[in-house]
Amino acid sequence: MSDIKLAAERGKVSDARKVWEEAFQKARLRDAEFTTISGASLKPVYGPDDVDLDHDRDLGYPGTFPFTRGPHPTMYRGRLWTMRQFAGFGSAQQTNERFKFLLDHGQTGLSVAFDFPTLMGYDSDDEVSLGEVGQVGVAISSLADMETLMSGIPMDRVSTSMTINGPAPILLAFYIACGEKQGVDPAKLRGTVQNDILKEYQAQHAWLVGAEPALRMITDVMEYCSEHVPLWNTISISGYHIREAGSTAAQELAFTLANGMEYVRRGVAAGMDVDAFAPRLSFFFDAHLDFFEEIAKFRAARRIWARKLRDEFGAKDPRSWMIRFHTQTAGVSLTAQQPENNIVRTALEALSAVLGGTQSLHTNSMDETLALPTEKAVKIALRTQQVIAEETEVAHVADPLAGSYFVEAQTKRLEDEAEAYFREIEKRGGVVPAIEAGYIQREIHHSALAYQLAVEKGTKKVVGVNTYVEALDAKPEIDILRIDPAVEEAQRAGLVALRGKRDALGARRELDAIREACRSGDNLLERFIAAAHAYCTLGEIANVLRAEFGEYKEPMIL
Amino acid sequence: MARKIRVLIGKPGLDGHDRGAKTIAAVLRDHGMEVIYTGLHQTPGMIAETALQEDVDVVGLSILSGAHMTLFPRVRAELEKRGMGHVLLTGGGIIPQEDSEALEKEGFGKLFGPGTRTEDIALWIQSTMEDRWKNEEIQA
Repeated sequence: MSDIKLAAERGKVSDARKVWEEAFQKARLRDAEFTTISGASLKPVYGPDDVDLDHDRDLGYPGTFPFTRGPHPTMYRGRLWTMRQFAGFGSAQQTNERFKFLLDHGQTGLSVAFDFPTLMGYDSDDEVSLGEVGQVGVAISSLADMETLMSGIPMDRVSTSMTINGPAPILLAFYIACGEKQGVDPAKLRGTVQNDILKEYQAQHAWLVGAEPALRMITDVMEYCSEHVPLWNTISISGYHIREAGSTAAQELAFTLANGMEYVRRGVAAGMDVDAFAPRLSFFFDAHLDFFEEIAKFRAARRIWARKLRDEFGAKDPRSWMIRFHTQTAGVSLTAQQPENNIVRTALEALSAVLGGTQSLHTNSMDETLALPTEKAVKIALRTQQVIAEETEVAHVADPLAGSYFVEAQTKRLEDEAEAYFREIEKRGGVVPAIEAGYIQREIHHSALAYQLAVEKGTKKVVGVNTYVEALDAKPEIDILRIDPAVEEAQRAGLVALRGKRDALGARRELDAIREACRSGDNLLERFIAAAHAYCTLGEIANVLRAEFGEYKEPMIL
Repeated sequence: MARKIRVLIGKPGLDGHDRGAKTIAAVLRDHGMEVIYTGLHQTPGMIAETALQEDVDVVGLSILSGAHMTLFPRVRAELEKRGMGHVLLTGGGIIPQEDSEALEKEGFGKLFGPGTRTEDIALWIQSTMEDRWKNEEIQA
């Protein structure tokens, strides 16, 4: 194109802009707040002036640095995302049946939800567990429960994700021991253990001991698995819970990646080569309702991590640079009012996760603000993913929104906001001091409060809650899954039987060995696996850790 | 109103979901109440003990763990043990309507589910406490 013609083109653009601006100024606008769900202000239209994009530096191609466009060269043409529904309730037996139901309906990976006693490292028959056994997830108190959970499921062929943090190394030990009992070599086990304690202190709040011993156990897991369980993702660095606790998109992005970098620092400080463990780090994000902000968040996450790992941590292996992540649609976006609308919310959120290039996805069920999901609701949620994958044709093209002025501007904005938080955290001496000072928790709390007040003021709309409200909403006609109190009784009886049946002396020896390893610095995961085989219970092992390391006390921020 | 309503927001059990509890605590404070938040992972005994020490008028429990049918009666029993049976015991969380109706029938205060306006909770506590105090005055 000649220079003259180019100038003319430019002239045309600016003429068009002038025309638009005039028309826009004159027009009447809806009475609404034009911001993202996180409260970031938005322009009415985005153009070339809003993006400063260097294609090779900022985008690249799928599977190439900085991975903005996705971690794999083929993306969903090679393999669709893993459809992985988080499930767990009642007894190991009941959850085993739900797993088989999901596998029969085309689910491709398992994801275990544990009950609160298990998440906090207490046995089902502990006094503090009263009323909570099997309520929000499955109760797993020993290897015996794990054997029931995985019964009839070939552990060398299925990949399993376990959402557990404080006692994660103990549950991973149960899983490895269970595989060995099935005759599966640990080297063949595939899956993920969440094992992300930093976000527990920040948002989800299921912990066991303080940050330092907890971080030591995490490096123990990374070390042991890099040698013996090489296909296992040793940590899933999770923004999901940070977002669900009320953070903005930028805070979710920033705190998650800050936590990730802290784990890398700890691994390096423990003497590991960054490329020995960084490829096994995986991530977990929320897919909230703000469609474009979420897509931008996923893209920004990949770009930030790639640059940090290569340029700041000196990783050489491209697999260390790339973020692979799981996504779950936003539980907090679901409403108890007109619950069927939740199917639509979830579908839109799931679509943003797919356009954002997720590696696996959980779609929430419509009834989850009322109780755990019923089989019917779970099936609709899974089918939602299948409709996106098979019918909409969106999976054929990698990172389809790249180059959109708007999406690129949002991606850059989120990246900049994350960098600003990294500086704030550094100013406070790092993630652990920032947690201990309550800084991160307070930031999240303030965002949660601001959103709640915006909904109550009506500046943020929620259908069925503050707009399009129906009078009959109070009585949702929806079945509710109830946990039979007999589950708690059976768990108690099972534990009594287990303690009577096992080699008591052998179990005690293993608990002593754990106490020794706490003090000597020997690898704790190795000890937990031996203890699992001796049928030491979760609570017994966790009690040794609590006694040796002390329990975590949360800082009060209110 | 001269007398300030004193509220304890409690998180009983092992449940770690505190977004709602902290939000309510902040909003009630903005409505002029004295608010104490227990923090997470409290036993019913610990909550009742704090209620006694702080001499509160209201205890609000936030429960998203499904254990509400166990925890509400246990907290009430612990309060009664300490001579605090008069406290207005209310709360909210993921509580199926059937259950909240059953608990309200057993004399617990109104229970609030997802999607409730925090304003409504504050106003309900205010009007309930004002009624109580008025009745106390009449009886005195």
